[in-house]
Amino acid sequence: MTIAEKILAKASGKKEVNPGEIVIAKVDVAMSHENGRMVKKAFEKIGIKKVWDPEKIVIIFDHRIPAESEKTANLHKEMREFVREQGIVNFFDINTGICHQVLAEKGFSRPGIVLIGTDSHTTTAGAFGAFSTGVGATDMAGVWATGEIWLRVPSTIKIVINGKLPPGVSAKDVILYIIGQKGIDGADYRSVEFHGETVREMSIASRMVLSNLSMEMGAKVAFVPPDEKTLEYVKARTRYPYEVVLPDEDAEYEDVWEFDVSNLSPQIACPHTVDNVKPVEEVEGIEVHQAVIGSCTNGRLEDLRVAAEILKGRKVHKNTRLLVIPASWEIYKQAMKEGILEILIDAGAVILNPGCGPCVGAHEGILGKGEVAISSTNRNFRGRMGSPESLIYLGSPATVAASAVEGKITDPRKYLGGK
Amino acid sequence: MEKIRGRVWKFGDKIDTDVIYPGRYLKITDPEETAKHCFETVYPWFMEKAKPGDIIVAGKFFGCGSSREQAATCLKYFGIGAIVAESFARIYYRNAINLGLPIVVCPGITRHVEEGDIIEIDMEKGVIKNERTGEEITFTPLPDFVLDIFRKGGLIPYLREKLVDKTP
Repeated sequence: MTIAEKILAKASGKKEVNPGEIVIAKVDVAMSHENGRMVKKAFEKIGIKKVWDPEKIVIIFDHRIPAESEKTANLHKEMREFVREQGIVNFFDINTGICHQVLAEKGFSRPGIVLIGTDSHTTTAGAFGAFSTGVGATDMAGVWATGEIWLRVPSTIKIVINGKLPPGVSAKDVILYIIGQKGIDGADYRSVEFHGETVREMSIASRMVLSNLSMEMGAKVAFVPPDEKTLEYVKARTRYPYEVVLPDEDAEYEDVWEFDVSNLSPQIACPHTVDNVKPVEEVEGIEVHQAVIGSCTNGRLEDLRVAAEILKGRKVHKNTRLLVIPASWEIYKQAMKEGILEILIDAGAVILNPGCGPCVGAHEGILGKGEVAISSTNRNFRGRMGSPESLIYLGSPATVAASAVEGKITDPRKYLGGK
Repeated sequence: MEKIRGRVWKFGDKIDTDVIYPGRYLKITDPEETAKHCFETVYPWFMEKAKPGDIIVAGKFFGCGSSREQAATCLKYFGIGAIVAESFARIYYRNAINLGLPIVVCPGITRHVEEGDIIEIDMEKGVIKNERTGEEITFTPLPDFVLDIFRKGGLIPYLREKLVDKTP
């Protein structure tokens, strides 16, 4: 069996499951952000008073923090009261970070578990070997009531990535390239497993980029098989049980995709779909008004480090605004200790508090009519960051930083010892 | 389940959730209120021309993008009769089922139906009839477990019946 099949078999009390089969799985972690309020409303309609297990529910505010409007403030207030009433101890308020990063840092993302979240990028925890997927609010209300969820067992695509990444090329470029090749529905409903030497060599943060962005090709779950690196990270952070689940030798895959990334260029997803991907050479020179480094995809320490490497002693172009949003307070603080924030501030960057920031177009950093952004975030849909007449290009943090310096889409390799 | 009959509005491939329901309205959680903003940013004609009972026919991967349930809620409370698509993104598909918004995966549908056609959908049998052409298009009905959620009107009534009404 594949990783997805093994975890779902265990979670549904079966010896074996097959793709296409519907199972009722027990949930280990149930995460919601501000949309927890929609879950609460649906939960109340079911007519039971108490959630199934307050210890397994995690609420993390990240989408609109601090509240940008009275409406959001009331929503936050209602949820704070709800978590108190229900005894939900794993509640993280506006001073913690983006849910997928916080799930990892606080030890909720771990091998072999079923993690369900009311956010599409919940696939991120697959980087730790969790069966981790996004659902809507009503689905989650069912989980809060019963601790279970119906899931169709997905078939699995094995993705094998080999080759040493060239300087200035990162996990973001790899996954954008794959999405560009396979399309935004390339892995629809499927589980994907990332194998190969490139993946093994990647940091935990980089693996999270692969699992996170797999959502943008439709994947239901996106695993990196756990190894020593995974366990080192998880052991240091969790107080909950976990079990390393690896695919069987004779696991049956629906398809195998192989990639060699040793000559890969930085990749850019052009407006308005994430699979409209071109190598940076083809889009260099497009003027940008806003550059964004952050989000659950690319707001981690290694992302801020590479941005600082490029921006050290340089200035953000006068026609461009650079927004930097560390993905969590832990990252924020470490970036401060390492002097990264000072470098970025000196370069002219605006540092926003950890959270989703402008990625979802609901809070700060909205784009105006005709404006162009280069962003390390995960979606470039029309109107996502503001005006329907704005354009969003997606790239790696290095590409965003280099583009911020030059005021136009720029190949970061010239700043990082590459081509 | 009763058959669903309505007039068709056609959409292309990869209609994403930001297009269906803009992020700037995410703080709205009142379902009736969400129904005022369907497709507002990119297809503003929809709110003027579409009527309750109408059916959306779309291409591949309808509802891709974020898990925002409002993208399904808004169409449900607008009164859309059903969404028929070549394929759906999985979270959207689940959300629609859980809300009791009829959803049909019917590969090839966009070749058999034009905007303005009246179609009739039999969810249990897996047949769509186009009244203009007389053509009958078949699709694989939803698995029985899922159809059962539909018969009860969505996941909440389904669970209420299971957890509350049946508790002695």
